[in-house]
This record gives sequence, structure tokens and C-alpha cells, in this order.
Amino acid sequence: MISKRVFPWLDERLGLTTIYKTTLDRMVPKVNWWFTLGSATLFLFVMQLVTGIMLSVYYVPSPDKAYDSIEYIMTGVAFGWLIRGIHHWGATLMVITVFIHMLRVFFYAAYKYPREITWTTGVFLLLATLGMGFTGYLLPWYQNAYCATPAGTSIAGRVPRIGDFILRALRGGSDLSAVTLARFFSAHIWMLPAVIIALIGVHLYLVIRLGISSVPKEND
Amino acid sequence: MARSSNVTRRGFITSVMAFAGSIMGVVVGLPIIGYLISPALNGAKTDAWVPVGKLDNYPPNVPTQFSFTRTKVNGWEKTVNSYSVYVLRGDGDKIKVLSTVCTHLGCRVSYSKDSDTYACPCHDARFSREGVVLSGPPPRPMDQYETKMDNGTLFIRVLAS
Repeated sequence: MISKRVFPWLDERLGLTTIYKTTLDRMVPKVNWWFTLGSATLFLFVMQLVTGIMLSVYYVPSPDKAYDSIEYIMTGVAFGWLIRGIHHWGATLMVITVFIHMLRVFFYAAYKYPREITWTTGVFLLLATLGMGFTGYLLPWYQNAYCATPAGTSIAGRVPRIGDFILRALRGGSDLSAVTLARFFSAHIWMLPAVIIALIGVHLYLVIRLGISSVPKEND
Repeated sequence: MARSSNVTRRGFITSVMAFAGSIMGVVVGLPIIGYLISPALNGAKTDAWVPVGKLDNYPPNVPTQFSFTRTKVNGWEKTVNSYSVYVLRGDGDKIKVLSTVCTHLGCRVSYSKDSDTYACPCHDARFSREGVVLSGPPPRPMDQYETKMDNGTLFIRVLAS
């Protein structure tokens, strides 16, 4: 077998066994199924990443073509319905898993010392995930999207003093327009994913560095 | 379990995971490949028989212009192409349908009754009523469409570009 010679050669240089041992063979306390939700969320995020990249092959973020391009994905492209379906339902599912993951950490008090930064990055990951949902919802440019975005952005508009400025910054003007669609698209495929990937990096590093907390007992 | 010593628990789980993983990879990977190459598979050239009206509409021995448009759909975009042809009804059932696109560089030729020729405005090429080059740079006669009659209506075969 060639892998018997190649693998040790690579391992010596790349330290693959060390990576494997620290990430996957690490010691964990005896826990329950609620502790799988972080991994489930990570899996869903990767799915969203893959299907999202695939959707960008055909989607056009312009008011006169956005809906047509999605209709083309749904009816004209092989497996387009599947890719978009996974992205659509995966988004909803990811919000749910993120939220239950947060509740698990909260009720098991796993956010306490020394895991405060894991929790903080998690809070920003939750916000970024909701931001992904909000920006992604506008992109099909159909009636639901066209109604939800003015409502969502006008919530930000209620902030005292600077509300109107925030509103115009979000919409790229006072009304929903082509500029809004373009900046929501940019936020959805570049800015928020970059933030999420960076935060996941820190989050996972800390999970591996600190280990996971065990289920609290009666006297904890 | 006589053979159980051959397969360790760890080895068994590794093989099952590898097998399940490969199936998942194929189930996810094939649709993605199909999704990406889909437009290439649908892009085969199609041709259509376009009706150009009743044959009786065309006077004999006089090239008569007929214009029509065809819509081409590329993904989410529609392109409307306009076509123009000269229908020449000769003696008997002889029908010639000539493309107005000059065979030199693609300008549109037009028929002039006075000289009984088609003239191209770009390089002053001339074609006879039958489409033969009389003068100028065109390398070949005017292009002809394939024709067919169906119930008194003349059809031409248009190859989608």
C-alpha cells in the first residue's frame, strides 16, 4: 500500500496525527444529546456555505432579474430546486439549532469561567446567524421579502436620535430599492459569512482548548 | 461468532462510516455536478419551422420581403432576434427563400425593383433576383432557407442561433 509510505511522510511534516488527536480524540465528559447541537449547527453552516455558493452561480442581485433568476434555478436548472430547498430549509433549521444550543449552554451554566469568551463569540454568532436570515430573506425579491425588509429595517429606525440614519444606512436610501438589494446581497454572501467564519474559528479553538463542561450535578 | 476475531469493533465502525460517507458524498456530489453543468446540457441547438404566410400572398417572380422575430431564452434572460427574408415564387411551384444577410460581412441587403437586384449598402455588392453574386466582394450566393408547404402555408426552417 502506497499510503503506508506516503502518510507517515506527510504526517511527519504536517502533524496530521496531532491535529486528529487534539480535535477529534480529545477527552470529553459523559454528556447527553443536547451537547450535539453545536456540531449540528456547524454541519448546517457548511451546508449553507456549499448550497449558497452553488446558488450564486445563477442568482442575480438586481430588482428586475432577481426573481426571474430564482425561477430559473427552480424550474430550469437540474437539481436547482434541491439546492435552493436545502438552503431555504437549512437556514430555518440553523436558527433553531443555534437557539437550542444557546439554551443548553445557558441552562447548564456552561458560559461560566473559563468559558466567557466562548459564550460571547457565541452571542455574536447568534446575531450574525439572524442577520444572515434577515438579509437572505430579501434576496428572492418577491412579495414576502418586499414586505418583510421595510418592516425589519424600520425597527432599527426607532432607535432614538440616530434611528433615521441607521435606517437609511441599512436600506442605502430612504426607501427599499436596487441599492438595498445589492447591499443585502453583499452582506449575505461576503460580510456576514466572513464574520461567522472568523467567530467559528475562535469559538471552536476555545471549545478544544478549554474542553466542554460536564452536565451540572446536584451540588454544583 | 466464529469470525469475529477478524474484524475489530473499531475497524468495523470505520468501514461502515467510510461506506456511509461515500454514499452521502455521491448523493450530494452528483446533484451539484448536474446543477453546474445543466445549462451545457440544455444548450443544444434547436431548429424550428417558421410560417411565413400563405403562398398566394406572394406574387410570382417578384422577391417579397417578410420579417419576423424569434425569442430566445437564455436562463432568466429573453433575447428577441429579428429576421428578414425575401420570398421568391418562381414559375410553377418553385419557391426560393433568401436570407437578407449579405454573405460578405453580414449587412442587410435590399431588393430594388428598378435594377431587379439585391444591393448591399456596405460594400456595394449586387446579387441577382435568384441570389447569385453579380458584383462585389461576397464569397458565395445569398443563403437559402429550407422550405416546405403545409396546407397552402409556406414554412421555412430557421436554425436557432
